[in-house]
Amino acid sequence: MTTREMIKIENLNKSFGDLHVLKNINLEVFESDVVCLIGASGSGKSTLLRCLNFLEKKDNGNIIIEGEEITRSTHDINEIRQKVGMVFQHFNLFPHMTVLENIIEAPVHVKKVSKQEAIEEAKVLLSKVGLGDKADVYPSKLSGGQKQRVAIARALAMKPDIMLFDEPTSALDPELVGEVLATMKELAEDGMTMVVVTHEMGFAREVADWIIYMNDGMIIEKGHPEEFFENPKEERTREFLSTTQLK
Amino acid sequence: MPSFSHFFETLVSNKGLFIDAMLLTLKLTAVSILFGIIIGLFFALLKISRSKILSFISDAYVYLVRGTPLIVQIFILYFGISGIFLIPDFWAAALALAFHNGAYIAEIFRGTIQSIDKGQMEAGRSLGMSKGLAMRRIILPQAFRRALPPLGNQFIIGLKDSSLAAFISMNELFNVATTLGSNNFDEMTYLLIVAVYYLVLVALLTIIVRLFENRLAVSDR
Ligand SMILES: Nc1ncnc2c1ncn2[C@@H]1O[C@H](COP(=O)(O)OP(=O)(O)OP(=O)(O)O)[C@@H](O)[C@H]1O
Ligand SMILES: [Mg+2]
Repeated sequence: MTTREMIKIENLNKSFGDLHVLKNINLEVFESDVVCLIGASGSGKSTLLRCLNFLEKKDNGNIIIEGEEITRSTHDINEIRQKVGMVFQHFNLFPHMTVLENIIEAPVHVKKVSKQEAIEEAKVLLSKVGLGDKADVYPSKLSGGQKQRVAIARALAMKPDIMLFDEPTSALDPELVGEVLATMKELAEDGMTMVVVTHEMGFAREVADWIIYMNDGMIIEKGHPEEFFENPKEERTREFLSTTQLK
Repeated sequence: MPSFSHFFETLVSNKGLFIDAMLLTLKLTAVSILFGIIIGLFFALLKISRSKILSFISDAYVYLVRGTPLIVQIFILYFGISGIFLIPDFWAAALALAFHNGAYIAEIFRGTIQSIDKGQMEAGRSLGMSKGLAMRRIILPQAFRRALPPLGNQFIIGLKDSSLAAFISMNELFNVATTLGSNNFDEMTYLLIVAVYYLVLVALLTIIVRLFENRLAVSDR
């Protein structure tokens, strides 16, 4: 078993104006861990994820990625982001590019990989997410589930060490959720370090190593899925779980 | 009103002069639109930059252009430029028109850039792109496509506005029409002829813009 610490957050605070959204968050994620973040709408899950990718500026606290404390003054945020892939609720594929162009865009223009090599790697990734035949299609021609799998492949093309998912299946028709979760499960089995904001309790229970329950900007409870779902320690966790149907 | 046969004969017998004038009109329009696009993009980027000062400069430019008649701008720039540099009349006229078109094009680009979902920039940044790279590779291509219909409209306005270059003695369509008209004591015939020229040019421009739009819309099909 490896114990490399991939992410460590210390006393992270974030406000939007007067709204204190993240309150003294502490969190550790180790290599190959899958951490599922759950919690009610507005509890700060997205904000936490976005702070991890520096899409939001923290107010104070430390964000330590792979052992190094990251700040805008000491690190090139663009380089850190190459190590931390992000998948969005609304896919955010580039509509003016084909699926293949979407995937090779960052490797070619950010990492300066040769186009040839990027295309070959993209094709491998595409078949991995089950879309080997869609390389030359534009995103508008894909179903939601296919779009999200392309978005996952696009993030993976940068060979990140960590993948962040913000409700990757929330914008999907119910019948398309399964294919995306299956792709994510494979990724987890390959040993990817993942932080996933999700409302899919079945997925969390099956794939996560850790479940974190957030409420009102605070981490209320953290546990392995078994104990978390069977024996939540906190009253607030119990209340929350009773409002989500477990399948 | 002139009879149709007179109109037609005059049209045919003067076609050499009109075609030369039309080429000048087209050159003026093309140059002023091309430079207008560059100026417009520049000021649109200033406007959306995080700097208050740059954004104010852009506002001021747009306000100046929109707040004064084009003919005043042309005269000011024409006498202004030719007072300082020795510059061919064509370029004085073209730059004045470009300066004018630029403000409207800046507003078009600003609008379409801001209309692109902010998730696009975030997706680019999350892949490690710098803001500039994401702007160039992700945002601007989409903003440009969205700008095509209003740009096409601005091209048409620019084409017709180029007639004001007549007042700084460019022998473009309108100037040739009024000169020939008064020389021949037959203003109406020549004005109708020049109207036909403009109509044909606008029709061609419309078709070209439409073709462009269709080409770029390939990903939406
Ligand atoms: N850019 C912003 N400006 C102001 N307030 C914001 C901004 N982003 C988020 N918030 C507020 O911060 C709080 C936490 O938002 P966040 O998106 O992190 O919640 P969430 O847990 O992801 O919710 P959901 O499940 O609905 O996605 C909310 O009250 C939200 O309105
Ligand atoms: Mg959210």
